[in-house]
Amino acid sequence: MSTTTLTQSPAPTAEPTTEPPRRSLARDTGIVLARELRPVLGDPFSVIFSLIQPLFFLGLFGPLLVGNLEAGVPGGSVWQWFVPAIIVMISLFGSSTVGANLLFELQTGAHERMLVTPLGRSSLLVGRALKEIVTLVVQALIIVLVMLPFGFTLYPVGAVLGLALLAVLGVGISSLSYALALAVRKQDWMFWIVQQTLVFPLMILSGMLLPLEGGPGWMQALAKVNPLTYIVDAERALFAGDLGAPAVLWGFVAAGLTAVVGLWLGIRSMRHSD
Amino acid sequence: MIHAEGLTKDFVGHKETVHAVRGIDLHVERGETVAVLGPNGAGKTTTMRMLTTLTTPTAGTARVAGFDVQRDPAQVRRRLGYVGQGNGAGHGQRALDELYSQGVTFGLGRRESRARAQELMDGLDLAGKERTKVSDLSGGQRRRLDVAMGLMHAPELLVLDEPSTGLDPHNRANLWEHIGQLRRERAMTLLLTTHYLDEADAMAERVVIVDHGSIIADDTPERLKSQHAGDRLTVTAGGTEYAVRLAELLSSWTGTGQVEVAGATVTAGVAAGSTRVAELVRAADAHGILLADIQVRRPTLDDVFLTLTGRSLRETGATHEAEEAAA
Repeated sequence: MSTTTLTQSPAPTAEPTTEPPRRSLARDTGIVLARELRPVLGDPFSVIFSLIQPLFFLGLFGPLLVGNLEAGVPGGSVWQWFVPAIIVMISLFGSSTVGANLLFELQTGAHERMLVTPLGRSSLLVGRALKEIVTLVVQALIIVLVMLPFGFTLYPVGAVLGLALLAVLGVGISSLSYALALAVRKQDWMFWIVQQTLVFPLMILSGMLLPLEGGPGWMQALAKVNPLTYIVDAERALFAGDLGAPAVLWGFVAAGLTAVVGLWLGIRSMRHSD
Repeated sequence: MIHAEGLTKDFVGHKETVHAVRGIDLHVERGETVAVLGPNGAGKTTTMRMLTTLTTPTAGTARVAGFDVQRDPAQVRRRLGYVGQGNGAGHGQRALDELYSQGVTFGLGRRESRARAQELMDGLDLAGKERTKVSDLSGGQRRRLDVAMGLMHAPELLVLDEPSTGLDPHNRANLWEHIGQLRRERAMTLLLTTHYLDEADAMAERVVIVDHGSIIADDTPERLKSQHAGDRLTVTAGGTEYAVRLAELLSSWTGTGQVEVAGATVTAGVAAGSTRVAELVRAADAHGILLADIQVRRPTLDDVFLTLTGRSLRETGATHEAEEAAA
């Protein structure tokens, strides 16, 4: 050993070749979901404020239904018929406006920053969609609690399955909303025009607010090709505790198809968004 | 760290195709600090976006941190810290939460991520703002938070796209002080774009000048200045007739660029002009030219840009900012 110690600097590391641990879609989605939920947890009243519109429908539209449709709705009880539809409505409003949050983060630069992280592209979509589902569960719970004194009967298993169905639908609609935001990001006002133009006809043509059985034939024909019709029918069956109804199966098919098409379009537009 | 060959990006529009980047070769070694300088629209940002996997190149290849940006974008993203022109931190989030999310995103453990987030907030002068919403931070604080976001996973390479644009001089100086300190503390490769000349000059070991989508110069700031722009001599003669003769004398020197006369004052670009002042005085004396004052100004990167393109970077930058402000 010589007395002089040569401090040898570590050899310049070659370009890294080690494979970092594999990422999972579930973990990435969880990270995105947690990030999205944090502002909501910091401001829990925002969840209740977003309930104002559906509560108006429930409080001001519902009594009209009761007056006009008693015994006219399938199943007999107007509230049993209307409450599941209102829950679908909240889900539709919530998930179809997800793109607006994205537009904001597109403009500020946060979305771009997240694209330069190892997060899987689909987790950016699914994580945001699931945030709407978490708030939807809270909102659905409030609605059900409010309606129990008015004679609404809760079938817990059906209700849980109903929310699961809306989760699948929510992923699809959120992703479509996401794709819309990316498509119109240069003219952001277009987002609201397209969103409103699509949401209201879809809503009315699903038999959500009024039964379409008494409507003209063309409306019934349009309702048949509206995926939302099948969701609303499935939700009504599930919230009535009728788990084995064929409508439930068709509801899951419609929601599944919406999710597949939505995710495909959403991920595609994110990859091509330069 | 960065090896780009023939990087090209065309944006195909309805009416015309914009050639944003035309075959850029860029090599950055580990530990280097390189500034990409150029007027707005020169292709700086598009180049950064291709290197950070945000945009696919029309042609050419780039390896960043050992991985091809097109074949292994996920690997590149893992190793890269990116601070874009916008705010990386979401406006609706709290400052510390965004840093924490960023850390977890890059695979840090919860505790590690929280500790690192706090450390960076303290280091970047953001202590006390942990629970403040990003939208409530001042412009300078928000920009420092963006830099902190880029540093959460201690990347090998930090890419900063116009980090100081939009900040007032005080906040600009403050931001650069922090970035300079971070650079000294960790062996990090830094690639930054700017249209502020003084920043490129002060921060970078190497300056890459980009214009119309191509690299027109690539060297240390000192060498760029000595090679592409001489010192500027401003000589005030004892009268206009002397000035004219002085101008003729200077024009006869080798290494003299354009000579201009304005009244009794003569300005000339002279290679290594500062070493030739004595020679100038002796020659003027020998020709009987009276001199009142001699000033030597070292060249700036703007002089380099002016020599290379015939335009002033300062002007192009200023016009654009004015447009932005008007918009």
